[in-house]
Amino acid sequence: MEFLNNLIIGVSLGSIYAIIALGYTMVYGIAKMLNFAHGDVIMVGGYISFCTTFYLDMPVWLSVLAAVAVCTVLGVVIEGLAYRPLRQATSLAVLITAIGVSYFLQNTAMLIWSPTPKFYTAVVSGSLSLLGGQLQVSYVSILTVAVCLLIMVVLTLFISKSKLGKAMRACSEDKGAAQLMGINVNRTISITFAIGSALAAIAGVLLCSYTPQLSPTTGTQPGIKAFTAAVFGGIGSIPGAFLGGLLLGIIESLAKAYLSTNLASAIVFAVLILVLLFRPSGLLGKYVPEKV
Amino acid sequence: MKKKNIAALLMAGAMCLSLFAGCTKSDSQESATPSGTDSNVSSSSTAAQFKIGFIGPLTGDTAIYGTNARNGAQIAVDEINALGGDIQFELNPQDDENKAERSVNAYNTLKDWGMQMLVGTVTTTPALSVAPLAHTDRIFTLTPSASSTDVVDGKDNVYQVCFTDPNQGFRSAQYIDENMDVSKIAIIYKNDDNYSTGIYESFKGEADKRGMEIVYTGTFTTDTQNDFAVQVAAAQSAGADLVYLPIYYTPASVILTQANQVGYKPVFFGVDGMDGILTSEGFDPALAEGVMLLSPFAADATDELTVNFVTEYQKRHGQLPNQFAADGYDAVYILYKALTEAGCTPDMTAEEINNALIGAMPTISVDGLTGQNMTWAENGTVNKDPRAIIIKDGVYTTPES
Repeated sequence: MEFLNNLIIGVSLGSIYAIIALGYTMVYGIAKMLNFAHGDVIMVGGYISFCTTFYLDMPVWLSVLAAVAVCTVLGVVIEGLAYRPLRQATSLAVLITAIGVSYFLQNTAMLIWSPTPKFYTAVVSGSLSLLGGQLQVSYVSILTVAVCLLIMVVLTLFISKSKLGKAMRACSEDKGAAQLMGINVNRTISITFAIGSALAAIAGVLLCSYTPQLSPTTGTQPGIKAFTAAVFGGIGSIPGAFLGGLLLGIIESLAKAYLSTNLASAIVFAVLILVLLFRPSGLLGKYVPEKV
Repeated sequence: MKKKNIAALLMAGAMCLSLFAGCTKSDSQESATPSGTDSNVSSSSTAAQFKIGFIGPLTGDTAIYGTNARNGAQIAVDEINALGGDIQFELNPQDDENKAERSVNAYNTLKDWGMQMLVGTVTTTPALSVAPLAHTDRIFTLTPSASSTDVVDGKDNVYQVCFTDPNQGFRSAQYIDENMDVSKIAIIYKNDDNYSTGIYESFKGEADKRGMEIVYTGTFTTDTQNDFAVQVAAAQSAGADLVYLPIYYTPASVILTQANQVGYKPVFFGVDGMDGILTSEGFDPALAEGVMLLSPFAADATDELTVNFVTEYQKRHGQLPNQFAADGYDAVYILYKALTEAGCTPDMTAEEINNALIGAMPTISVDGLTGQNMTWAENGTVNKDPRAIIIKDGVYTTPES
């Protein structure tokens, strides 16, 4: 029973990682860059949702919409101001810029909201009692898993069926050729960032519902974990991000419960290293041999 | 020529501003400006004032401790100054964000300012860096609330207002065993933190001695203090009806929230670090209903000293003081008593005052907000009784027993 309980905790934590990992993986798949500021967009989403409910007394659904809207705009602005000018630069330069953006967001948040943590009231409260009260599943967990599945399905359909999705796949295969085919590469990348950031806002709301403490560094740890999840599942692959996030969450919560709370993160990363040793491109990643 | 004029104008403006800053000082305490070095220092220095430095977290995770302790100390300073006696104080509060390196910076700032005594630091981790400095520099130090024995160990001039961690753990176990009807206890503590492990170890020792049943012990670190789902589930499935939390209120509030999410409602029992949980922004006080904590101070106590202090505190800051405010208040009065006893004058050097106070401390007895007849051992620890407090309808009250 305890095992089942920890498994549920793992799945719901993993679903949050998966949603964040989707953002990483989409941006990487299309723009071939690691957007390390992604974790901090999550934090901004959390704060927007907190402020709109706590200070402006908005209903929860409206605050989620506000968070999504602000983060979407933020994502597009970050891409336009920080990453677009570096489109032709080396990937290292873009990486460092992303880290810079991450610090910029954190410190701005610290200026606006102060480093004192705030407490986010979960979007849903209470729990479902199963098996005669032996198993308690919080509604937040159920919501998280449901939202994650929904996002997966919608995103997969969008990428495979819609015109824009096709453009995205074309860009990810070969930017130059896509441009020659009449695809507006810059616009496609902007839209990718918009979707990624919207997902980050949703992840922010779910994350803060799950762990109520909200501070300017809230997004850092989950961001790194989700990045790991994306690599774990095969970066660039959408089902990979989903699988990676889920597995990471389960491994983490089981390690915490049965091995050691302190070593849980170390165990997670050890598993990652093992996986990468045997499958260098991740669980579901495509293996692309480097041509010399 | 024109440039010079502008420069002169700017200078004049700046001087005017600084004048005003001096005037508004006394009522600007409410705005808890972080590291507001100059604005908080009384600039109207009459000839003879003792310079007291104060270090505590005025911003950050544990800001509530620092701001409360500072506000309490300031009230005591103002009261003593209003008496118009020979002893007049000037208080200079500095922010350390509960970080050791910031605290050392704050300490150096205060030393440059000419601090003669230190009230600080408020929290344990910075105190472990600052207290040795004060010991070497021979500056008398009285910490309101840094409760680890390591803070005072081996330092003849460092004293505590609060009781020590072992004392808290020991008293918690004693109180739970003697006054509460619980059978299974779970503990969640932070094992990369001196404060938390110190209390945990003494609690465990005393609980084992008394034959109390500890069914689950969970740990966490700074990196993992955002998520307690696993620990809460473990305590729940172990059937614990009391969860002992010798930790600070920030992680504690996450535990309360996550326990509530899965419908787990044991008695949560905290120590002084739990204080402040009600004032976190966005935190639903209903979650803390029935939480118990061991604390030397209850704002609803009816003795005259407490009533006067609480009234004054509410008048100035619009909220109830917690025990850190009381610790800060007491710290200043303890210094006052010890200085009077030792016959110190403001023109003495920090070292002379230090030596005089070391002699005076073990001989004095102070009736304060946090205890009657507080006395000190030569090793710097205090002797007083803690009491239990329960949170009811969003306020700290004395439990009916």
